[in-house]
Amino acid sequence: MGTIQVMTSEPLQVGDNVVIEREHLEHLLRALVDRGCEVIGPTIREGAIVYDHLASTEDLPEGWTDEQAGGKYQLKRRKDNALFGYVVGTHAWKRFLCPPQQRLWQAERNGKGLQIVPEARTAEARYAFFGVRACELHAITIQDKVFLDGPFVDRNYRARREGLFLVAVNCGQAGGNCFCVSMNTGPRATSGYDLALTEILQDGRHYFLTEIGTTRGAEVMSSVPHQAAGDDDRQRAERVLDHTTRHMGQRLDTRGIKELLYRNYEHPQWDNVAERCLSCANCTLVCPTCFCTTVEDTTNLNGNHAERWRRWDSCFTVDFSYIHGGSVRATPRSRYRQWMMHKLATWIDQFGVSGCVGCGRCITWCPVGIDITAEAGAIRASDLVKAPAGQSKDSA
Amino acid sequence: MIHTLEPILKEHPFFQGMEERHIQLIAGCSMNVRFEPGHLIFHEGDAADHFYLIREGLVSVQFVIPHRGLTTVLTVGNGEVLGWSWLFPPYRWHFDARAQQPTHALAFDGKCLRGKCEEDHDLGYDIYKRFMQVVTERLEATRLQLLDMYGNHA
Amino acid sequence: MATMLEEPEVRAAGLVPDPMLPTPYLIQRAKQETDDTFTLELLPEDSSRAFSFAPGQFNMLYVFGVGEVPISISSDPDDVPLLKHTTRVVGTVTKTMRQLKRGEAMGIRGPFGTHWPVEEGVGRDVVIVAGGIGLAPLRPALYRLIREREKYRKIVLLYGTRSPEDMLYRQELEQWRGKFDLEIQVTVDRAASSWRGNVGVVTSMIPRAPFDPSNTLALVCGPEVMMRFTVMELLRRGVAAEHTYLSAERNMKCGIGWCGHCQLGPTFVCKDGPVFALHRIAAILGKSEI
Repeated sequence: MGTIQVMTSEPLQVGDNVVIEREHLEHLLRALVDRGCEVIGPTIREGAIVYDHLASTEDLPEGWTDEQAGGKYQLKRRKDNALFGYVVGTHAWKRFLCPPQQRLWQAERNGKGLQIVPEARTAEARYAFFGVRACELHAITIQDKVFLDGPFVDRNYRARREGLFLVAVNCGQAGGNCFCVSMNTGPRATSGYDLALTEILQDGRHYFLTEIGTTRGAEVMSSVPHQAAGDDDRQRAERVLDHTTRHMGQRLDTRGIKELLYRNYEHPQWDNVAERCLSCANCTLVCPTCFCTTVEDTTNLNGNHAERWRRWDSCFTVDFSYIHGGSVRATPRSRYRQWMMHKLATWIDQFGVSGCVGCGRCITWCPVGIDITAEAGAIRASDLVKAPAGQSKDSA
Repeated sequence: MIHTLEPILKEHPFFQGMEERHIQLIAGCSMNVRFEPGHLIFHEGDAADHFYLIREGLVSVQFVIPHRGLTTVLTVGNGEVLGWSWLFPPYRWHFDARAQQPTHALAFDGKCLRGKCEEDHDLGYDIYKRFMQVVTERLEATRLQLLDMYGNHA
Repeated sequence: MATMLEEPEVRAAGLVPDPMLPTPYLIQRAKQETDDTFTLELLPEDSSRAFSFAPGQFNMLYVFGVGEVPISISSDPDDVPLLKHTTRVVGTVTKTMRQLKRGEAMGIRGPFGTHWPVEEGVGRDVVIVAGGIGLAPLRPALYRLIREREKYRKIVLLYGTRSPEDMLYRQELEQWRGKFDLEIQVTVDRAASSWRGNVGVVTSMIPRAPFDPSNTLALVCGPEVMMRFTVMELLRRGVAAEHTYLSAERNMKCGIGWCGHCQLGPTFVCKDGPVFALHRIAAILGKSEI
C-alpha cells in the first residue's frame, strides 16, 4: 500500500461518483470480507466464467473475454488487462439466493403419529455479489417478485436477499447474444445496487468510476482508497456505455409482444422449433429468472424418518404438468411454447414485467442454438392474426 | 275453429315463435295422452308414426340387450321431445321407449303431419328446423356421454 | 450487520407461519364413497393449530414418506376444526392414503387458493352444476348456502355422474332434498335397469332447470370438458358470464405460487384459482396443451 491515498474529506452520499484505481480494488473486496460477507464473483472454471467464491481480485478473469453465439461459448485472451472484459457466464446468481437443493424439513414417525422437524434457523451466509451486470440486477428484482411479493414470502430467500451486498458492473462490451437494450435492462445499471463500477482503461490508466447506490455502499467505500470523480471520468464512462449499447449482439422487438404471442398459440413456428428443441432444459438452468422448483419426499429404509427437499425443476420435463395419469403438455412443442410464452408474455400478466432480461444465456447454452429473439421474430413476421383495427403492430 | 290444444301448443317452448296457421295445422294432428309407469310407449322396429312432447313425467330410451337386460341410454323429461324417426325413412323406431313415471304428453300423428309438410313446404321447413335442433342437441349430448368424462383414465 | 428480521407474513386463515411446513392431523374416519373414491375426516393433533377456510379452497395433504397432493376441502366451513377431504385413488400418494386408518397421522398445509364467491349469490338464484367428483369442492358452498338459506332465492343443484354407483354423498343429497328448499336434479351417463332416474349428460338439464338466468350466480365444477360444455349451456340460457365461476386443476408441488407447476396460461391455479371467474380462463379453456 505504498501509493498515496487521496480520500474525499466529506462522508459519501448516495448518488456520488468516485474513482477507485485498479490497484485499490482489492481493498473493496477486503472491506466486504471484513464486514462478514462471503464474496462471490466471476472466475474461470473449466474454460468458462462462472460465479464462485473469490479469495481475492486475482481470482477475477483478468485479460479474458468471451465469444458467444448460438450454442457456442469460447474464452479468448484480450489485448488489455480488463478485470470485467466479458459478459455473462454459465449460470446466474440465482443459485445463491435460491439454491439448487434445499431441505425444507424432516419428519419422524412415532407409532401412528408424526412429528415435523423444521430446519434450524442458522445464520445465513451473507453474500456480496462482486460484478453483477445490469441485466442480472433486473433478474434479481424479477425473482424478488416471485418469492417476496406473493401471498407467501420465502423466508430463506428473504434472509439471503436482505443480507446481500451488490457490486454492479456496467458492461464495457456487448456479448454476441446480448439484447439487454431491447429488454430495457441495460447495459447501464440504474438501480438495485450498493455500488456500481464502470471499468475504464485509457491512456495507460486503469480505474473504476464508482457510483454510490446506497448508504451501505457509502459506508463500505469509506474503507476503500478513492478520489473524487471528474467530468472527464464521467464522460469516459458514458462512452464505454454508449459503445456497449450500440454493439448488442441480438435484438428482440418487444412492441406488443404479449398480445402478439397470445394470438399465435397455433403458429406453425412452434412446430418448427419443436423439430430442433431437445427438451434438455439447459435454457431453464442458465436463465437468471427461471424459478421453477419441485418438491421431493424421501424416506429412510426403516420408514420412520422422512425428509422433504426442494429442488430446481424445469417446465421442459414431461411430468412437469402431470395430472390424472397424463401430462397436459405431452409434446416438446407444447413445452417449448410454454417456456417462451411464459418468458415473454404470461410473465407480464403475472408479475407486471417481462421475464426476459436479454442476457442471451439461453441462446449460448442451447445445444442446438435456438435463439429466442429469432423465434419471436419469426412469429412476428408471419403473425397469424393481424392486430385489431386501431391497434397498429407498432404500438408499444 | 280453435282446437282445444292450440293454447297448450303455443305455450310449449318447442313451438315458440311458430306461425299461427302452422300451429293450427299441427293442433289438428295432436292429442293428449297419459302413460302409467312401466308402459311401453313404442318398441324398436315398430312403425314410427308419432312423436311426443312430454309435458310432465319421465320416459326412458332403452335397448334390450341379452345378458344386460333393459339398458337405458337416455331419459326424456318435462318439456322435451321424444322421437324424430317419424320424419325420416324408413319411419321405424330405433329403440324402446318406456314411461318411468306417470307421464302426461302431447302425442302427434306423424303420418298426418308428414302429409301436411309435403303439401305446405313452409310448415315443413319450420318443422324440420325445430327437429334438427333437437337432433343436434341429442347428438352433442351423446358425444359427451361417449367421452366418459368422469371415468378414471389414470 | 444483519438487521433483525420482522415476523414473517401470516395468512389470515392459517396459523402456521411457514407455509411449507405441514401440520399433523389425525384421521377420525375413512369412508369409502364409491369404488375408487374415499373421504377422510381429520382433526388437528394440536387443537390450537386448527384453521378456518372458505368454500372452494384446498389443502396440500402429506402422507408420511410418500408425498403430497392437493385436495379440495369438502367439509362444512362453519364446522371447523373438522376437515373432510374426498379424493379419488389416482396415484401412489392417494393409494397409500386410502390404506390409512383411524388414529393415523397425516400432514396438512393450507388452506390455499381462491374461494367460491357465495356472497355474490345474495338476493339471486344460485345454480350449482357438478360433475363426478366435482361435487366435493362444491359441498362446502352448499353447506354455506343452506346455513344462510334466506339470503338466496332459488338454489338449484344439477349433478351428473358416470353411473348411480359413482354418486357422492347420496344420503346427504336425499336429506337436503327433503329438508331444505333446494332443487336437486341428478343424472347419470349410463345406468343399469334398476335406476329409475334421469339418464343423460348433465348439461342437458340446464335448459329447463328452474332458475332465472338474468339474476343467477353459477358455480361449476367437474372434469374440464364437462365444465366447458356446461358453461356453453349456461351462457346460451342467458346466465351472465360475470357471474359464472369454475374450479380448475393442475399439477401442484408447493400450493403457494413458488414452484411454477400449476400454471394455466397466465394464471397460477394455486393462488389465482382454483376458483376462477369465467372471463379469467375462458380464452384458454379448450386450447390444447396449455
